[in-house]
Amino acid sequence: MHAYANPARFLSIARPLTPWLFGLGILLIAAGSVYGLVLAPADRLMGDSVRILYIHVPASWLAMGGWTGIAIASIMQIVWQHPLAAVAARAIALPGAMFAAMSLMTGSIWARPTWGTWWVWDGRVTSVLVLFFLYLAYIALANASSGKGGVSRVTAIFGIVGAINIPIINRSVVWWNTLHQKASITVGGSSIDSAFLWPLLVNVIGFSLLFGAIVLMRMRAVLAETKVEARLKRMAAE
Amino acid sequence: MKAKHQRLTLALLALVALIGAGLLAAFALRDQASYFYTPSDIVAKKPEAGQAIRLGGMVEVGSIKRDADGVTVNFIVQDGDARQAVSYTGITPDLFVEGSGVVADGSLTADGQFVAETLLAKHDENYVPRELEGIDMTGTPQATGTLIE
Repeated sequence: MHAYANPARFLSIARPLTPWLFGLGILLIAAGSVYGLVLAPADRLMGDSVRILYIHVPASWLAMGGWTGIAIASIMQIVWQHPLAAVAARAIALPGAMFAAMSLMTGSIWARPTWGTWWVWDGRVTSVLVLFFLYLAYIALANASSGKGGVSRVTAIFGIVGAINIPIINRSVVWWNTLHQKASITVGGSSIDSAFLWPLLVNVIGFSLLFGAIVLMRMRAVLAETKVEARLKRMAAE
Repeated sequence: MKAKHQRLTLALLALVALIGAGLLAAFALRDQASYFYTPSDIVAKKPEAGQAIRLGGMVEVGSIKRDADGVTVNFIVQDGDARQAVSYTGITPDLFVEGSGVVADGSLTADGQFVAETLLAKHDENYVPRELEGIDMTGTPQATGTLIE
C-alpha cells in the first residue's frame, strides 16, 4: 500500500487515469439517461415518475459509498499513517455531500406524486438527511485542520464514528416501519423489471466512474496546493 | 507490540464498540422510530379515541368504497393478521389502489372507526412496466393495477 504513498508516483497514475474515468463516466451516464428517460417504459403505477430512479439510486449509492470510503481512508490514516489517505478522505467529502443532497432532492420530487408528500420523517429519509449533515460537519472539520493537505486526527476519528450511520441507512427499511420501500436489489435478485434495471445499472456505473474522476481531480488539487504552500514558504525564508 | 499494531487494535476495539452502541440504540428505537403502526399494533394496544396516531398497512382488495359526495372514501387496512376500517375525505394519491400500501394520519372514533386526516401511498419494492401489467412473475401478491377513477 505504501508503494503508492509517494505523491509523485500517485500523480503519475492519477493524471492519465482521470480523463479516462471522466470520459467513460460521462459516456455511460449519457447512454443510461437516454435509455432510461426516453426508451425505457413507464411504470405500471408510477407512470413517468419512475424515471427519477435513474438519478436517485446512483446518487444514494454514491452518498453511502462515499462515506464508506472516508471511513476506510480514516482508518488507514490512523493505523498505517498513510500520507495519501487523509488527502483521499478530504477529496471524497464534497462530491459525497453533493450526491447526498441530490439523493434527498430527487427522492423528494419522486415522493410528491408517488406518496403524496414532499417529505416524511421516516427512518430511511431521516437517516439520509443525517448523512448529509455528517458530510457538512466533516467538511467543516477538514477545513479547520492545518497541515500538509491532510486532515487532523479528530477529523479522521469523526470519519470513522460517522460510518455507524451507513448500516443504519441500509437496514432502516428492515428494522422500522418506513414509508420508503424496502431494497429492490438484494443478493438474492432484483424485483425491478429488467426493462428498468439495465439503464439503472449503466447509470450507477457511469456515476461511479465520474465520482472516481472527481475524487482524483480533487486529490491532485490538494497535492498541488500543498506544493504551492511549501514553495511559498521556502521563498519567504530565502 | 509495535506502535502500528497498538493503533490497529485500538481502532478495531473502537469500531466494535461503535457498532455495538449503534445496534443497541437502533434496537431501543425499534418501536419509537417506526413511522407508523399496523392494525395488529392497534389490536395489541388499543389507543384512546381521539388520540393522534399514524396507521399503515395494505388496502384490502375489494374494500374501497366511494361515497356519493365523490371525495369521501371508505376502505379497510390490513396487515395479514388484523383489519381496520378507515374513512378519508380528500384527494387520494395516484398510488392509492387496492392491494397496495397506505399510511394514514388520524385517530380512532369511539366506535373503532379510523378517521384519516392525511393519506399517503406507500410504494413497494416492485417495479413493473405498463406492458407487463397483471402478469405476476415474482409470485408475490401485488396490486391489481386498477386505478380508482
